[in-house]
Amino acid sequence: MGLQPFEAIVAEYGPTVLRVCRAVLGPTAADDAWSETFLSAMQAYPDLRPDSNVEAWLVTIAHRKAVDQLRAESRRAVPTDDLPEKPSKDGMPGGWESDLWAALKALPLKQRQTVAYHYLAGLPYADVAAVLGGSPDAARRAAADGITALRKAYLKGEAR
Amino acid sequence: MMTARTTRAGDGDLFAALPEVDEEAQRRLHARLVAAANHAGILDVAYRTIDTPVGTLLLAATEQGLVRVAYPREDHDMVLDQLANRVSPRVLRAPARLDMAAREIEEYFAGRRSLFDLPLDLQLSHGFRRTVLSHLPEIGYGKTASYAAIAAAVGNPKAVRAVGTACATNPLPVVVPCHRVVRSDGTVGRYVGGTDAKKALLTLEAAA
Repeated sequence: MGLQPFEAIVAEYGPTVLRVCRAVLGPTAADDAWSETFLSAMQAYPDLRPDSNVEAWLVTIAHRKAVDQLRAESRRAVPTDDLPEKPSKDGMPGGWESDLWAALKALPLKQRQTVAYHYLAGLPYADVAAVLGGSPDAARRAAADGITALRKAYLKGEAR
Repeated sequence: MMTARTTRAGDGDLFAALPEVDEEAQRRLHARLVAAANHAGILDVAYRTIDTPVGTLLLAATEQGLVRVAYPREDHDMVLDQLANRVSPRVLRAPARLDMAAREIEEYFAGRRSLFDLPLDLQLSHGFRRTVLSHLPEIGYGKTASYAAIAAAVGNPKAVRAVGTACATNPLPVVVPCHRVVRSDGTVGRYVGGTDAKKALLTLEAAA
């Protein structure tokens, strides 16, 4: 069998990739990262081997797009680094950005990424390590630390 | 609410605030992807469906033109898989490219259109079959021709059976009028959309 129609890929993996983008980048920037991820994926799709792990492939692309965005953001944000994030008003489901995103945002980037790729995308640590670089053990530790910190900050209501 | 949150259930519950499926966002992002892919020239196959008196038809178009019309009995998912394999896997549900085709097909079923004026992409049909299909529009609206007559018209009077095959594998039924090709004994013969659909189209055209 050859490749599925790309529409089926969007339907099957679109929601998970959006969760990953939201967890890594927050509600506002996630839309852009998702859009760039799927446009890029669609561009490359005809050359994808039909037996590829599509989810890991998409998370890898999403990871690169998110890193690009974070770099662009930090370049833009240099003089005004400490301004509080304004709550987004562009149609995100109410509330998640203020609590969960505040807790996620407080994590070191690597922890946020490992948590998103392992717990939200369901990638095994070997795949998470392949996306991020480093060893599967390091990915496992970062995810464990991230989840512990997240529980503390978010579940116990200490997030601001 | 608080008790549910503080329960140490699976780690998945941590992310309950981050919806697994956000349909409004998926719709918005899908539309944005369609626009970006179209703009980038990588929307190789756009498709939509349309409800008609002979069932829901699948319409698909490349940048060149309408490439496929499919009846429900052909199984739309299978047809999309075939398009992915035979044309390009860059396939998206993108109705805008098919607006004109959908409008003309609606007008046809309303009895207000006797001729389709659409760019067609015949890449799914080859050789003799394609030659046959290119002759079919010569059978005017409301008229019929026999398989034998079409075989003669394409210069191969013995190829009656092959004309039948060309009609049965027409990738663009309704628009390329294989339904106007009938048996010499006057019965309607077989049809990719089923005999009832063929009769319905011939009845529609006879009434107008």
